[in-house]
Amino acid sequence: MANGEAQSGLTLHPLEQFGVHPLFGGHEVHWYTITNQTLWLAIGVLCVFALFVVAANARALVPGRGQNAAELIYSFIHNMVRDVTGEDALPYFPFILTLFLFVFFANTLSLIPMSFAVTSHVAVTGILAITVFLSVTLLGFFKHGTHFLDLFWVRSAPFPMRFVLAPIELISYFVRPVSHSIRLAGNMMAGHAVIEVFAGFATILVISPISIIAITAMYGLEVLVAVVQAYIFTILTCVYLKDAMHPSH
Amino acid sequence: MSPELIKMGAYIGAGLAGIGSGVSAIGVGIVAGNYLAGALRNPSAAAGQLTWMFVGMAFAEALGIFSFLVAILLMFVV
Repeated sequence: MANGEAQSGLTLHPLEQFGVHPLFGGHEVHWYTITNQTLWLAIGVLCVFALFVVAANARALVPGRGQNAAELIYSFIHNMVRDVTGEDALPYFPFILTLFLFVFFANTLSLIPMSFAVTSHVAVTGILAITVFLSVTLLGFFKHGTHFLDLFWVRSAPFPMRFVLAPIELISYFVRPVSHSIRLAGNMMAGHAVIEVFAGFATILVISPISIIAITAMYGLEVLVAVVQAYIFTILTCVYLKDAMHPSH
Repeated sequence: MSPELIKMGAYIGAGLAGIGSGVSAIGVGIVAGNYLAGALRNPSAAAGQLTWMFVGMAFAEALGIFSFLVAILLMFVV
């Protein structure tokens, strides 16, 4: 394999693009070091700011392009929270909208060539998922007290079955932050790695047209995946929130 | 054990983990196909259930992503 790489010039390092490097020299990464991760996180936040504060600031009666996009996203997420979680969850709508916008911009910005895929790191998505998990669990206990545990003690099931269902429900509850974060990170990482692998094939003359077509097709799919994964991340937050607001069903 | 043997085992394991991706693809296909079948029977109810199709797809897909992660870990970490 080492010979083949040397002869064809084919070097596949699909995961190298996810490396975190300090931007201003040095090799050590401390908590205060400004890395490419920090840069693209900041750009993502700035995009949210630009869309929702700068572009929508005019509050015009006839909205311009920016305000129109902001209103579209706003009403989309507003409807989603209302339909999935219910009318009483609307106080938590700002958090969910923020979550969606951040994940959306982080996902779509990572599609710019030579940029950095912020959400491909479990460290980023894990923090988001753990925030959702902890706040939803605390909310459930604050709202319902010990009745929140009905989520695990399924009262609609026959009595002997509840002993079987309780551990299953417990495991499926605690695996939520894991699957919630790894779904987003894994999807982003997988897509970018696949594009990188095809880009590696493009150096071989014979199959380079095929690989360029494949990159183009994958890129189109990745645009879809970036938007859909942001949507799924948000809608699962809504589903988890619904469990905390109405644990009985 | 020799490092080559460990490397070989890791690569074989990574290849086997690829089966997981294929099986989860079947799951996603079942979700989408059943959604489409239901939507064609009752198109007026289709729009309201699109959300739940995506949720079902996400759950089916997550396990495939886990197997992808296992493959990546075996190839680059072990």
